[in-house]
Amino acid sequence: MQARGLVKRFGDREALKGVSFEAAPGELVAVIGPNGAGKTTLLSILAGILKADGGDVDVAEGAVGWVPQQAALYRRLTVEENLLLFARLEKHPDPHASVEEMLELSGLGERRGEVVARLSGGNQQRINIAIGLLSRPSVLLLDEPSVGLDPRQRARLWKFVSGLAVRGTTVIFSTHDIQEAERYGRRMLVLADGEALFDGSADELREAVREDAVDPAAADRDFETAFVTYLQHRGH
Amino acid sequence: MRWLLLKDLQILRRSPLQAVLLVLYPVLIAVLVGFAISRGPEKPRVAFLNEVPSNARISLSGTKLPSANVQRRICDKVECVPVHSRAEAVSKVESGDVLAALILPENLINQINSLSTLLPGTPKVEVIVNESNPLKASATEDKITALLAQANLAIAKRIAVEGSKYLNLVIKGGDLPVLGGGVHILGLRASAQILEGLEPALPKGPLRQALGQVTAFANEAGENLDIAGPLIERLAQPIQVHKVDVGGSSPPLETFAIAAAATLTLAFVTVLLVAGSLALEREENAYPRLVRGLVSPEALLGEKVLLGVITGLVVTVLMLAGLAIFVPLEWSRFALWIAAILVGGGASGAAGAALGAAAREVRAVSLLAFMVTLPVAFLSLVPAGTVGHGLFDVIKVITALFPFKPALEAITAALESGNGTLGGPLLHLAILILAYGLIARLALRRFARV
Repeated sequence: MQARGLVKRFGDREALKGVSFEAAPGELVAVIGPNGAGKTTLLSILAGILKADGGDVDVAEGAVGWVPQQAALYRRLTVEENLLLFARLEKHPDPHASVEEMLELSGLGERRGEVVARLSGGNQQRINIAIGLLSRPSVLLLDEPSVGLDPRQRARLWKFVSGLAVRGTTVIFSTHDIQEAERYGRRMLVLADGEALFDGSADELREAVREDAVDPAAADRDFETAFVTYLQHRGH
Repeated sequence: MRWLLLKDLQILRRSPLQAVLLVLYPVLIAVLVGFAISRGPEKPRVAFLNEVPSNARISLSGTKLPSANVQRRICDKVECVPVHSRAEAVSKVESGDVLAALILPENLINQINSLSTLLPGTPKVEVIVNESNPLKASATEDKITALLAQANLAIAKRIAVEGSKYLNLVIKGGDLPVLGGGVHILGLRASAQILEGLEPALPKGPLRQALGQVTAFANEAGENLDIAGPLIERLAQPIQVHKVDVGGSSPPLETFAIAAAATLTLAFVTVLLVAGSLALEREENAYPRLVRGLVSPEALLGEKVLLGVITGLVVTVLMLAGLAIFVPLEWSRFALWIAAILVGGGASGAAGAALGAAAREVRAVSLLAFMVTLPVAFLSLVPAGTVGHGLFDVIKVITALFPFKPALEAITAALESGNGTLGGPLLHLAILILAYGLIARLALRRFARV
């Protein structure tokens, strides 16, 4: 996936100011940044939910799976009914087979008959992701997938997502949890006020903090401190 | 579209309260309307104390008239609860056992009879009401006053008829029954004939001239009094009502009540279901996922309206079938019912879609649907002439903007022949479908905002 010079305006406010980046197959890219940085806007443009006012996205049609921040599920339907509905809407030749595949992938086969409203937030998110994978996308976009999950659910979620990347799916996710971004993201795209400030690994970001020479010690503390220092040095 | 429709029906099935309400509501409305239009109004309970002696009669010139059956006339219109004293009547009114009490005093007939004497009295009856509920008391008092007016009229008619008989006797002559016997009355006409016969026998002079004057008077009096008879009878009810219907095809009350109940059901079911179901897509965050190439916004709107129309059709037909138990319906016009319900449901569904897209949250949508549908339904039922011209024009414009009134007109026309044309309301509804569809589509743009 390649994005070049993406611009998005909401009235007078410029939410994205020419953001460019690319992601390779099997790569896990974390999009991080303070509130209002433009993370969700960027993912929404990549997903085709929003139209960019400038720039373009280079990706094959139908190659992108999108998992919104809040589970986009029908809570009164069962796990199986949700998957079957979206498989049918995706016009799968054998929707029942696709449902079985997703139930196995998400590890929720035994709970297929349960109404979604009765599932934990973590399990709802797994179904949410499974629906995003129904189209067998080569790129999966996850908007803050671990929000509201407890540590155990979060660990299970990331095991599942990492497994997808291992199988060759490009995963781009936004998060507020900097430690999570460091742990699971192979690369980081730092956004602030609609600008892409950094694109690289966690180690490269620490190195950048060290090179700033204002507070080089911050680079060796926890990653969140290094990240905040990086933003502060750039006026954010 | 069919998978989304199936999904919505599954969700509806999973909401037992909603599903039960959708079925129970029309059944309840059908039963209530059915009972209301098939049983007629209940008679108000009125305590009745008749102290008038049973043999008392209104008399005219010493002759007793036959009974005017005042008690029967009153008790036909209200449920008379017989009481034996004024105290019992007051007690029943105070306790709420009866709405009012009517007391005919012992001297009522004497007072009526005194009207034809030199010392006329004032006949009075007593009405006792409980003013603790002024509305009910006023309505009951009005009813009793109307009943007494009818009784007065009956008595006046009886007196007029009897008076007319006496007048006839004076003109034409005959036997007047007096004290078990009879007195022969010659009558003006016979008197004139006798006088005319005597006149040639008299010599010309002042006596013959005087007899001629008396004969002429008898003839003139007979002729003039001849027209007085019908005049006296008319005096009992001088104003007659001649009803002329210029309104064209006003539907019978029963048909209108059934159409109103059916339209109300159709409107509520479709508006609430379509608006709620569309808002649910946003609440469940499913809308952006759906319109990412799976379904177009137009197809989603179409599916929601179809859901509303199908459900509305089933529920409304069920309701009409329920009403058919109470009131005979023209089943031969079933195809027209379906056409009116489908197009009316389509317009209500499109309005629901516009509401659902505008409000976006299920709770807000439900409230908005009630806030819009209920007043519009009430305004649509306001008949012409009951409010001022200007206000009625405003009501006409408002009700024309919503589907309730044209749907009511379409269903009324479809239910029975002679209730107006179906084409006009269907065209009106078709225009509303397009207009609300466009509004809903524009409002859906806000759905996708992140």
